[in-house]
Amino acid sequence: MIHQFVAPVTDHRLVADGIHVLTLHAPALAADAMPGQFINVRTTDGSLPLLRRPFSIARVTGESVEVLFNIIGLGTRMMGARRVGDTLDVLGPLGVPFGIDSGFETAVLVAGGVGVAPFPFLTAMLTQRRKKLITFLGARSASQITTEHLENPHIATDDGSGGFQGTVVQLLERYLQTTPIERPKIFGCGPTPMLKALSDLSIRLGVPCELSLEGDMACGVGICQGCPVERVDGEKKYALVCVEGPTFDCTKIRLT
Amino acid sequence: MLKESFILRGVEFKNRVLVASGTFGYGNEVKEVVDVNRLGGICTKSLSWKPRDGNPPRRIVETPSGMLNSIGLANVGVHAFIKEKLPYLRTLDTRIIANIAASSVQEYCDVLTLLEQEEGIDGYEINVSCPNVKEGGLSFGTDCAMTKQITLRLRALTEKPLIIKLTPNVTHISEFARAVEDAGADAVSLINTVVGMAVDVHKRKPKLSTVTGGLSGPAIKPMALAKVYEAAQVVNIPIIGIGGIMTAEDAIEFLLVGATAVQVGTANFIDPAAGTKIAEGMRQFAERQGITDLEQLVGALETNKDFSVLHSWL
Repeated sequence: MIHQFVAPVTDHRLVADGIHVLTLHAPALAADAMPGQFINVRTTDGSLPLLRRPFSIARVTGESVEVLFNIIGLGTRMMGARRVGDTLDVLGPLGVPFGIDSGFETAVLVAGGVGVAPFPFLTAMLTQRRKKLITFLGARSASQITTEHLENPHIATDDGSGGFQGTVVQLLERYLQTTPIERPKIFGCGPTPMLKALSDLSIRLGVPCELSLEGDMACGVGICQGCPVERVDGEKKYALVCVEGPTFDCTKIRLT
Repeated sequence: MLKESFILRGVEFKNRVLVASGTFGYGNEVKEVVDVNRLGGICTKSLSWKPRDGNPPRRIVETPSGMLNSIGLANVGVHAFIKEKLPYLRTLDTRIIANIAASSVQEYCDVLTLLEQEEGIDGYEINVSCPNVKEGGLSFGTDCAMTKQITLRLRALTEKPLIIKLTPNVTHISEFARAVEDAGADAVSLINTVVGMAVDVHKRKPKLSTVTGGLSGPAIKPMALAKVYEAAQVVNIPIIGIGGIMTAEDAIEFLLVGATAVQVGTANFIDPAAGTKIAEGMRQFAERQGITDLEQLVGALETNKDFSVLHSWL
């Protein structure tokens, strides 16, 4: 069930270089949310910026919900300026969660940059379900990587300042060449070029793979039709990221 | 007791706040967070004869106090609407206005004729003003003779309220308003979105896949007010004011310049309950002012008085 509510900020901290985590007291959301879902947040009472901003639900603890983000524009700047005691108008939980119940033994989590956002929550729920976990994290540099609340992390950096020098998908491919994984399923989140590379790899290897996509959306609830992604199957040309995603089986969509 | 209702061709709307087409889906998407029955009416997403996929991404770009969209009338088509969406809408205690978009005069007629056979539709709003489709849309809405012809044809097909939704992308919107009044429309709704554009300077590309799109939100409210004011000078049929309404005060501005009712659009994306909150705010405003019927505000703009310096901007 979707809730709309005003949530107090109970914590705001930096977990890596430029990576913020805001904690909200949001009992109804915490009770209903599943990993892979998102919230649509009004970052100001005014009209600059006008639209809500979608954020993955990064972690749920008790009655609290965390969002993880970096500052890239006006909306995230407003979020970054929030302090303990401030409030945020939140709509959620929204979207289709990751499929976490069946068809695999080992979850392979692959994050590009701030795409790590949904994975602490996913890790917690998969651990509850006694799944094995391996996490691959990529970033421009080691200082931008957080491994908080993640299991068995492997790191790739563009500048070689930590772990493997190269992309996170290259790192994953090397790993899979040398290490057998029992009934794997890949979960990916990050920039579109990275997701495309990950999708290509998983299809080539025949490993099931779910991706969490971003979309330019206004409403987050399937009304504005602003966030289409091209489908490869079925009678409809597009799926909406907000209500048919943001999580998609990578074989069902075409990333461009 | 405040009278909030208004009547179009014998159909009573319980209050003067409707939700604009394309900003409230088919009514069921946000039923968990808004009491839909407290709206004066719902204008459905535009319906065409066949389902439409809509335009490729990117379809939405935020701009200062506004947004550009180029959805391209993505919709389920009128047949799926009747089968899958209308049953829920019938359960609601609010007026349901079917918004129709088409790429030919015949398609408008076909969609309306099909809907005429269904229970639960209280009236029609005709979209002759979508800026984001190749055929129909703006090419109809910027052609006064064509707009009039569509109205005449549809008028002959229904006894229900017929509202023509006008585009601001013309020199004199009042000419279009008068033309559709002459052709038998019961009301005009204005404005649809304003053609606009945004550019990515790094890629040197338009931000929208269709290059231009339709601007909405608070950014267009002053233009919308001027267009409603212009139309109100020449027509006697009710005007439904649309354009950047975010608050009750915004809505009352539209009433004062001549709108009988308003539609709330983009605000629904930011707060799904915006329409119901605006209706409530209008009630409170009227009570503070000792107004007994919201009709007293319609066209009640005083332009013959001395103007004093406004302090509210401080």
